[in-house]
Amino acid sequence: MTEARNYTAAEILPILSARQLRDGQVVFAGVGTPLLAATLAQRLNCPRLTILFEGGVVGAFVEPGKLPPSTNDQRCTRRANMVLGSSDVLLLLQRGYVDIGFMGGAQIDQFGNLNSSFIGDPANPKTRLPGTGGGNDISSLTNMIVAMKHEKRRFVENVDFITSPGFIRGGTSRHDSGLPAGGMFRVITELAIFGFDEKTRRMKVLALNPGVTREEVQDNTGFRLDFDDEIAITEPPTETELRVLRQLDSERLFIA
Amino acid sequence: MLEAQVEPYKRLRDNMSQRDRSLREKVVSLEEAASFVQDGMKVGIGGSTMSRTPMALIWELVRQRRKNLSCSRSIVSTDGDLLFGSGVSDHIITSWFAQGILWGLSKVMRHHVEKQGKRYEEWSHMGVGMRFRAGGMGVPFLPMRAMLGSDVLAQRPEAKEIECPFTGERVLLVPALNPDVALIHVQRCDAYGNAQIDGLQFMDIDLALAADRVILTTERIVSNDQIRRAPDQTKIPFFCVDAVVEVPYGSAPHECYGLYEPMMKHLEAYVQQVNADPVDGMKTYLDRYFHEPKSWNDYLAMIGMDELLEASQRGRSIYND
Repeated sequence: MTEARNYTAAEILPILSARQLRDGQVVFAGVGTPLLAATLAQRLNCPRLTILFEGGVVGAFVEPGKLPPSTNDQRCTRRANMVLGSSDVLLLLQRGYVDIGFMGGAQIDQFGNLNSSFIGDPANPKTRLPGTGGGNDISSLTNMIVAMKHEKRRFVENVDFITSPGFIRGGTSRHDSGLPAGGMFRVITELAIFGFDEKTRRMKVLALNPGVTREEVQDNTGFRLDFDDEIAITEPPTETELRVLRQLDSERLFIA
Repeated sequence: MLEAQVEPYKRLRDNMSQRDRSLREKVVSLEEAASFVQDGMKVGIGGSTMSRTPMALIWELVRQRRKNLSCSRSIVSTDGDLLFGSGVSDHIITSWFAQGILWGLSKVMRHHVEKQGKRYEEWSHMGVGMRFRAGGMGVPFLPMRAMLGSDVLAQRPEAKEIECPFTGERVLLVPALNPDVALIHVQRCDAYGNAQIDGLQFMDIDLALAADRVILTTERIVSNDQIRRAPDQTKIPFFCVDAVVEVPYGSAPHECYGLYEPMMKHLEAYVQQVNADPVDGMKTYLDRYFHEPKSWNDYLAMIGMDELLEASQRGRSIYND
């Protein structure tokens, strides 16, 4: 852990997330790290990656140094194939055109449920958070990658409020709730990469980031983690990945 | 307060039959246009987040001190703050509510929801969209497959889960939303209200079809001949529209596609001021920028020539190859 690193936590998230994408996929990306990661993947090894934004954009190719401040700004449409209404682009998820949904997260639990609505009792909230946006739609209708900061208060046993469903209460509960398609695929943090058990649908560690120990991941997590039988160690960011990332966000909107 | 309040079909049709849908000029002043909005009405707001927000109309409603509006929009940003903070609205239906992704949580929204009992009624983004679409289609609901299994749905007894009569699958029915009046800002329209929208259209077409009245603000009024030369660009037909107001920079400090990007210096200063003190900070902002200017142009002058020009330069650059 003491070795010198040439990258920050805000930089490793988009880089590791970008590595999860495959050329030719259709990806529905949220703002911030997801948008950055999808754009990075497009520039590195997925030139045929199709990016959708909830503002109504199909096939975006965001310009370096001009990242949009939300997915509803004109910068999102740069070199896009098509612009649609917001409802119509969201309906593409429902019809099944989208391979991967890609979001950030404020709070996540053992089953991959995300909360961005309330801290405390919704009837009398301690904190009213911004809400779902398209998050609920994306996570209800496709396979999800979530990129987020790893803190104990963000990785909790059960979220206060399920804004965007993961596997709900585990097992078949997602399917039984009327969500037969999609589900959590990967969670990426500055400490590790997580998947979900096929049966229990609980979160498990698939790979540790360079220099990170099992104990460190467990200590920063508010529930008991499962570890895959063969834990991999993730390769550190390459010079090329870092260079392209820093070019993309030269205004440092999201990697500051 | 929990009933879905779906407009009975007969009332929708009666309201429609009373509208003058003839091809007629309907250009009015901002003050006159705002009089279409009465206290307590359901108001649909076009654009999304910081884009094509009908800010000049919101500004005028604040100046005229409207009360108890129930507002709906796909996603709200600083416009939601201003509607709550000014007292114009006590109920906002949307999917996301903060000032902007870059600035974290809105202290203004938090203050009014957590301490003042104002209602932020949360639906998924598609949920809001299907409600406007059902409203625009003249049907009482639409089925959809998101929101199921979530606590967003648990908070929304207005939506109904059913077993599909064809397949037996579980689907969600969301109720139509037919606002009394819609406020929509566009790049250009003619004096009859044929509106052309460049770039992202968000939910504006469904919203225009759903509402009982539509007020358009437009960056410029063009001739009907010009509209007829490119009818494929017309996104809202004139018979949906009840009033037209020409308001250059009518979304400021938000963006209008192809013309100007958000005025970030003004927005940064705004966010800092209202988050430092969501009550007095907001009052000071509203007094200075909303109540004191003599006109919309005075308000733009306060945002400043440099900021307007920079925003315009960035806005137009979307068309550069």
